[in-house]
Amino acid sequence: MATEAAHGAEMAEHGAGHAEEATGLVFHPMDQFIVKPLFGHGDVGMFTITNVTLWLGIAILAIFALMVLGTSRRAIVPSRTQSIAELAYGFIYKMIEDVTGKDGLRYFPYIMTLFMFIVTANFLGLIPMSFTTTSHFAVTIVLALAVFLTVTILGFVKNGPSFLAMFWVSSAPLVLRPVLAVIEIISYFVRPVSHSIRLAGNVMAGHAVLKVFAGFAAVAAVSPLTVVAITAIYGLEVLVAFIQAYVFTILTCVYLKDALHPHH
Amino acid sequence: MATTQLAEDLAGFCVDQHGSAIGMPQLCADWIPNQIFWLLIALVVIFFILSRVALPRIASVLAERTGTITNDIAAAEELKRQASEAEKAYDKALADARTEAQAIGQRTRDDIKAQLDVAVAKADEQIAAKTAESEAAIAEIRASAVQNVEIVAKDTALAIVAALGGKADAQTVSAAVDSRLKG
Repeated sequence: MATEAAHGAEMAEHGAGHAEEATGLVFHPMDQFIVKPLFGHGDVGMFTITNVTLWLGIAILAIFALMVLGTSRRAIVPSRTQSIAELAYGFIYKMIEDVTGKDGLRYFPYIMTLFMFIVTANFLGLIPMSFTTTSHFAVTIVLALAVFLTVTILGFVKNGPSFLAMFWVSSAPLVLRPVLAVIEIISYFVRPVSHSIRLAGNVMAGHAVLKVFAGFAAVAAVSPLTVVAITAIYGLEVLVAFIQAYVFTILTCVYLKDALHPHH
Repeated sequence: MATTQLAEDLAGFCVDQHGSAIGMPQLCADWIPNQIFWLLIALVVIFFILSRVALPRIASVLAERTGTITNDIAAAEELKRQASEAEKAYDKALADARTEAQAIGQRTRDDIKAQLDVAVAKADEQIAAKTAESEAAIAEIRASAVQNVEIVAKDTALAIVAALGGKADAQTVSAAVDSRLKG
């Protein structure tokens, strides 16, 4: 109802007739993703301090609070916060060990950075009125490209030209090998795309759906149902926030494994 | 009027004049450099926070905990070993005490038996002495009774002789009675 009132006031202020006004239903599910300057008005330049800056900063503070302040007592019997920090540490450590093997543990801080950033940004995005940095392809593509480039360069550095043998499936019949090589190469280059779009797409879709349901809350007849639906979808989004961070991280580990051990 | 001002400032390719998004804000090219710039800074900051402070600290805490747990388990095993040793010593002491108690009991029984034997022997001796004494007394009484009979017989014989008017010679009568009694 509050949304409706706010929008009503806005409409009145503009005084212009919109198609939305006629129906009484207003949907702006994508407005939450708009990048705005925090101070003053004007164009968003490269160095402008925007809501992106704010929420990235909050993510840094949250990570600092959890991983540094939470562990500051170095307790043998951990406090709740320290337990969570240790849990995150153990979770990613074990994941790298299981997926990549012992030699992947050298890259633990990098993978931990990715995981902590994504999971924190996802959860911060679930706070009402917040800005979700991981819902933007610009952000996830940087993350995915960083992984892709690192892994590709690492693959060549560690294995030399024999890294290319990854695309030459030696267990397949000789006739099929060129065909498979083409498919393997295409799938290799599609990796950063799927890697990034999976994360941003999931986060964005969930948040947009929440906003659409919130728009329906303006209709009195369905508003109780809407509240239930928003609650349910919010619960789902909490799961998605974690699972997408997990999926991104485990895929990073899988790609890293390919670079370290390219021969299947 | 701030909202209107903002909306007009933002209005462009990505946002309409009412401040609403046109299409997907994710695809707005104007905002991409800004996001990438701040993201890279954030990632570098997070990386340094994690790799310089948080991860080494958590690793040391975990290692310390593993060490403590290992030590505690070792200490617990040591204590357990000590406890079982103490139990063994206790059992041994108990068995020794039982043996000793039996020995003491046996010794006491033997002592009592010896004392009893002595006492019984002494009592037997006393009984035998008393019996002998009594037998002597009885014999004496019997002897004195025989003597009395002799005296009475002599006196009676003297009296009879006197009554019959004879002149009784005490010695003769006595000899006669003696010979009769022997006969």
